[in-house]
Amino acid sequence: MDLSVQIGSLRLKNPLIAASGCFGYGVEYADLVDLSSLGGVAVKGLFLNEREGHPAPRIVETPAGMLNAIGLQGIGVRRFVEEKLPELRARNVTVIVNVCGTTVDEYAEVSRILSDADGVHAIELNISCPNIKEGGIQFGCSLTGTHDVVSAVRKVTRLPVIPKLTPNVTDVPSFARASEDAGADAVSLVNTFLAMVLDVETRRPSISNGMGGLSGPAIRPIAVRMVYECRQTVKIPIVGMGGIADARDALEFMIAGATAVQVGTANFVDPLIWGKLLDGIRSYMDRHNIARISDIVGTVNDHAHP
Amino acid sequence: MPVDVAAEIVSNRALSGDYNVLGLSAPGIAAAAQPGQFVMVKVGGNRDPLLRRPFSIFEVLRSNDGTPTGITLLSKRIGPSTTNIYNAQPGQLAACLGPLGRPFTVVDTPTEAWMVAGGVGLAPFATLAHALRTRNVKTTLFYGARRAVELFYLDFFRALGVDLVLTTEDGSAGERGRIIAPLDRMLASRPDRQPVMVYACGPEGMLAATARTAAKYSRPCQVSVERIMGCGMGGCYSCVVPMLGDDGKFHHVRSCITGPVLPADQIRWD
Repeated sequence: MDLSVQIGSLRLKNPLIAASGCFGYGVEYADLVDLSSLGGVAVKGLFLNEREGHPAPRIVETPAGMLNAIGLQGIGVRRFVEEKLPELRARNVTVIVNVCGTTVDEYAEVSRILSDADGVHAIELNISCPNIKEGGIQFGCSLTGTHDVVSAVRKVTRLPVIPKLTPNVTDVPSFARASEDAGADAVSLVNTFLAMVLDVETRRPSISNGMGGLSGPAIRPIAVRMVYECRQTVKIPIVGMGGIADARDALEFMIAGATAVQVGTANFVDPLIWGKLLDGIRSYMDRHNIARISDIVGTVNDHAHP
Repeated sequence: MPVDVAAEIVSNRALSGDYNVLGLSAPGIAAAAQPGQFVMVKVGGNRDPLLRRPFSIFEVLRSNDGTPTGITLLSKRIGPSTTNIYNAQPGQLAACLGPLGRPFTVVDTPTEAWMVAGGVGLAPFATLAHALRTRNVKTTLFYGARRAVELFYLDFFRALGVDLVLTTEDGSAGERGRIIAPLDRMLASRPDRQPVMVYACGPEGMLAATARTAAKYSRPCQVSVERIMGCGMGGCYSCVVPMLGDDGKFHHVRSCITGPVLPADQIRWD
């Protein structure tokens, strides 16, 4: 039974990746989870410098989901390389670093620093955070902005480059194509959906930033549709995510066209979800006589129902 | 090191129409728990509400020979998750991850321990009082509630040899008013040479007032903060508190892993 998948030049031992922003820097979970058993860990988004993020409250629950506006609090790329990367390396973690920037140059500079560091396996470009004004989303909502960030980072690194796309645009596949044209090795999608929750007693937003990004099972069918559409549009691999809570959901994304998947919110509910997901995928492969999990990628049966 | 267990609910005792004490079979968590630590709990597998909730470990349950067998949680019904916990039936399973977070620092004699509790903020003080009294530390519980029927477990603390100072907002038990008034008075009359450690858990306003009062009399104070938490593990960065850093500036720290017990004089109380 072969669970491995290929994202550009990067071979993952299985298709399960901890989603950025949902797993700290990975080390937080080392006492509970064998980090090397995951296909990869996408660490929390990093700018060049430290960021404090938004004040609490930063999250609120919604039906089958949650809204967050953390504001990309982070320790900055240099402290990450010094303080976190050595432990991740020692634990044999496949590290995907989520890179943020307020300018094209910042994305390139952060990526260059990470390329020189030992133990980074891929770069995910955060051009899709809905929660801060001055970073990311302005690139992710513009085709030329997406192209500019990806091509600038492409020039400074040989690591796989994976732009993370926002669902908050009319036509996600056009952004996947812009990424492919600019030299991306893969795309990951989707980031969270811009959303809002109000406290009707006080008439105030429930989180300090006002609006936030919606995640969790509530968004899953929309995310699956977007992965499916992008699969029809680009040749590069897709890393799919959005509300995956069990093995069935992960398989759904892969059948729709995702080569690997990321799991975020469900890890909050069940930090030991990873072994259960792997068991469920293995049991599915057994049941359907599938030798290689990569064989199910993009295999939607489009024939009309009888 | 935390463990995650599907813990069987062994008891559920309603203390009032809002408060209940839920007993969970969780020997591993019970054996490792230190005063002030918490667990992330969810009753039932539904996706609405989706997330677990943080609860201070209230009591450690033991078998007749003293072996830790489980824990209890003190819960107040305020939303869907705590309603599920209020209505939970023995035999049901609860997802329970813990023990999590940094515990209280337990003082030794001759330092006295003054625990300041408001409402459901009583929760971490049962295990703390036990640890303090085991060390023979003179311990006082300052405990405030809206009315007499919401002052719980008084006999439990009395049996441990804890002195009680009670207030209610309606005057139905103890002194009428807020708990800060007797705390301030007693700190004011206490000689500087007699050391005291203030511990506090409760509503944010009470914590801030306790922090100010302790600072006014130059007494150290440890607070257990409550924030909306997503994961309890440091993964989501939801539960931050502005804390004074080595550089003299305030930085957001995750109360789940740096706390929930934090030094009161280093928190910016907004």
